[in-house]
Amino acid sequence: MTEPEGANKAVQQLYAIAEEIYDELKGGQIPKMKIPLRTKANIRFDPKHSVWKYGKLTGVRSAKKMKGALMLLRTMYVLDFIRDMINQSKSSTLREMYYISEGWDLAKFHSQDESNLLAEDLEVVTALMREDFKLRPEESGASVIGNLTIEEITRNGERRRINCRDDVGDAGYTIPYNVEKEKVKLRSADAKFVLAIETGGMFDRLVENGFDEDAKCILVHLKGQPSRSTRRLLKRLNEELKLQVATYTDGDPWSFRIHASVAYGAIKTAHISEFLATPTAEFVGVTASDIMNYQLPTDVLTPRDIGALNAELSDPRFATEFWRTEINAMLQLNKKAEQQALAKYGLDYVTDTYLPEKLGEIGLM
Amino acid sequence: MPSISIAEELAKKQREISISEFFERNKQILGYDSPTKALLTVVKELCENSLDACEDAGILPDVSVSIQKSGKDEFLVAAEDNGPGIVKKEVANVFGRLLYGSRFHVLAQKRGQQGIGVSGAILYGQTTTGKPTRIRSRPAEMDVAYEVDLIIDIRRNRPSIQKEDFVAWDKPHGTRVEIPLKSRYVTGKQSPFEYLKATAIVNPHARITYLPPEGEPIVFERVTEELPPKTVEIKPHPYGIELGTFLAMAKETKSYKLSAFLAEEFSRISARVAKEICEKAGVPPEMKPKSLDLQEVKAILDAIKEVKIMAPSTDCLSPIGEKLIKKGLKNVLGALKPEFFSPPLTRDPVVWQGNPFQIEVGIVYGGDLPPDQPVDVLRFANRVPLLYQAGACAITQAVQSVDWRRYGLEQRGGEGLPYGPAIILVHVGSVKVPYTSEAKEAVASIPEIMEEIDLALKECGRRLKTHLTKKARRAKTREKFDIVQRILPKIAEKSAKIVGKKVPNLDATVTKIMGVIWIEEAIAYDAKAKKHTVTIDLHNFTSAGKKFNLHALLPRSAKLGAVDPKPKEVRDDGKVTWELKRINSVEKGTVTIELLALDKEEYDESELYVSGVSPELVIGAEPLPGDWELEYAEFEEAGEAPPPEEDEGEIDYDETEEVLEDD
Repeated sequence: MTEPEGANKAVQQLYAIAEEIYDELKGGQIPKMKIPLRTKANIRFDPKHSVWKYGKLTGVRSAKKMKGALMLLRTMYVLDFIRDMINQSKSSTLREMYYISEGWDLAKFHSQDESNLLAEDLEVVTALMREDFKLRPEESGASVIGNLTIEEITRNGERRRINCRDDVGDAGYTIPYNVEKEKVKLRSADAKFVLAIETGGMFDRLVENGFDEDAKCILVHLKGQPSRSTRRLLKRLNEELKLQVATYTDGDPWSFRIHASVAYGAIKTAHISEFLATPTAEFVGVTASDIMNYQLPTDVLTPRDIGALNAELSDPRFATEFWRTEINAMLQLNKKAEQQALAKYGLDYVTDTYLPEKLGEIGLM
Repeated sequence: MPSISIAEELAKKQREISISEFFERNKQILGYDSPTKALLTVVKELCENSLDACEDAGILPDVSVSIQKSGKDEFLVAAEDNGPGIVKKEVANVFGRLLYGSRFHVLAQKRGQQGIGVSGAILYGQTTTGKPTRIRSRPAEMDVAYEVDLIIDIRRNRPSIQKEDFVAWDKPHGTRVEIPLKSRYVTGKQSPFEYLKATAIVNPHARITYLPPEGEPIVFERVTEELPPKTVEIKPHPYGIELGTFLAMAKETKSYKLSAFLAEEFSRISARVAKEICEKAGVPPEMKPKSLDLQEVKAILDAIKEVKIMAPSTDCLSPIGEKLIKKGLKNVLGALKPEFFSPPLTRDPVVWQGNPFQIEVGIVYGGDLPPDQPVDVLRFANRVPLLYQAGACAITQAVQSVDWRRYGLEQRGGEGLPYGPAIILVHVGSVKVPYTSEAKEAVASIPEIMEEIDLALKECGRRLKTHLTKKARRAKTREKFDIVQRILPKIAEKSAKIVGKKVPNLDATVTKIMGVIWIEEAIAYDAKAKKHTVTIDLHNFTSAGKKFNLHALLPRSAKLGAVDPKPKEVRDDGKVTWELKRINSVEKGTVTIELLALDKEEYDESELYVSGVSPELVIGAEPLPGDWELEYAEFEEAGEAPPPEEDEGEIDYDETEEVLEDD
């Protein structure tokens, strides 16, 4: 979306939301907003894009209840704030908006999660992106190392070519929050696939062992649950440079969700799954089978872990033979393991044995 | 259970054994089985002795109990009262002889009757420390106090005076007893503090001061000037009399004829009834009671069961009373700021085996009481706190068998001690409380008593539940009130700003959200003028104007000051009625009442009722009960229902958020 067009559309849409509330009040009704439910019960597989998107279930945010009334009031403040920013050609980070709400009296947000969720609500309702509302996230700090050449428009408007192996330090190229074409162009890559890694410790291990060159791959550090821009970059690497993506994570329920958000689409952002998810991504992270086969050092599952695994059993994204088997096996085992547990067999074991075996299974090595 | 104490019985049987041996053998039933318990028993004997002395003399008790550490494992317990005092020649006998001047044979609702009382405490003190007890007493007619150090000569059961003197005492009358003893001091549930605190709750007419071994003195102030009514002594009722007791009475009686014996020594037996009993039993009425044999006595007891005899009079009971239970609880537990004192309940007296008994229950809820602990059950028998043997006690068992989940407390599986921020007080009053053992630590689980406690607990529980339901409904309405007062106007203002139009009128939306008449009161108290000012706001948040009647039930002891608007009717029973002017939609009416001559805590919530309006439209007042004559105009244009609570099939978006941990 180009600037003025997006901004224009955003202003119109925001006006429409406020107008609906206003009209309800004027007509003596209880003001409310209809919003698609953002729950696992309301995600459906979209065969066109092979990703999971919101279904048709909607919920109502009504001024009848305190929570709903407060969110509607906040919505009005956020609309007013965004409109001012658009008019003044400014933008703010989500965190800044959270702090600005300090001055909103009753409408002030109590946590940044609350303000982030509201920004997403607006996206879902208007079918626009938060960037259209002049709201942006902070850099997540995720990074890339490998023989990939990109061209980034810097803050001075200068085009800069960067090779993510030769032009960067050991920490790699930091993924900016905006990785759309107008900011980052993917020029070329000399690699067979992309390996997306959950933890910084493992990313550093693979960098130190020179795995990117040995296995001819691009290493992407996810930094836990990956941000939108990281997922968007993975998607573009896959689509534009035709690179296969594999996720390499810990072996616990939270890591399974990391893979799900990369490959199937996250529940929270299911309205834009087709932009963020890479349906062909493969999972090479630690599984319950790996824990047994490689006899990895483990931790006992916490009650929270068990709850998360059980929740995944009723999550449609995990309703496949592979995931059911692995999730049930992990529940039965009552154990979880970190990816770095492989160091039990030495620092090179992961690059010499584990990854070649796992990647070999899916034909990437 | 025999009517004479086992202690006496034992003492008689064991005349040849030394009194100290008797004491040693019966330590458990006398309350001296452990050093910790001994300290509490000594405090208890002294405190009860003082309260009894004051009440018998018609004096409002002012009792001070102190515990001082006087050596390793040694304490000095002192109790001082403002009782009538004891004349010099009686002091040594009253305190220095076991089983002297005790209350055996008397059937009246009295404290203690533990058997050997203060002299037992003195004996325990001297056997554990070898030291004498010091007593100081001054009757009002004396100018000075008599002070004596004495020990009990245990072989002769006589006081042995170690030292005596007359001393000046600034107290006009009263008694002070100081007992040294070996013991262990503990805090917690079975501590002297808990005992005195509980005693203060059920004796609101007493001022009780406690000076613990460490820390500041604690004073439980007196909250009423009313002494409990004097207990009346009654003769045993024939129902429930036991064979042994009957035999003993027949042996001791001064009557020469059986019929006279029955009529004179038992309550509710007239000459006619006595004759009927004798006839049924086939025993001649002229027979000498002393010469009755066992067969004849059995026949008489069987005959008694078949003859209709009036229930015993119940005026021998002295319940604490609903008003004073509430006062006592408030006084002692007020610091915990409980949100609710369930109106206490005094059941009508009931007779069990010829003995009247009466159950009283009070519940305290909320405030700073711990919400996640089992509730505290305060057990009392004849105004004496029971601190031991909770599990064996009818009171605890009755509490455990009520399904408290119905009354708003948590309880696993609907039985056992409930959890929640509550204290439950149960008082069993009787001329003869059936205890599980002579130690008198727990009330026996007699079905009739259990049932009475059960009924009282449930009634009190319902009052608690009503309060909690009202509170929940009020909280919900208060939330809506906040929405329409504070949030809705801002939504309107902001949305109007964004769309660039003028702020809409919100009345219709407000009534849609609220849909009720909300009655809210504020009570202010002016201590100097002893005046409560009650302001009642009536917000009409329904869509139409409303005209209805408001009724308030005011305490009879209150005098009405200025009342605005003028009530339609003020009745002698305290009921005041207003025929209010029409209150338009989204407007409010106000009623103010001044109440004079009440203490602050005597009025903290109005009992409000409405009539002439659909009661489900009203929050903050109850519908006028049907049995209060309804001579007031019925205004309500029939059939307005409050708005439905939930729109069917609509999912509340803000209640569905899962923990979305996938960014």
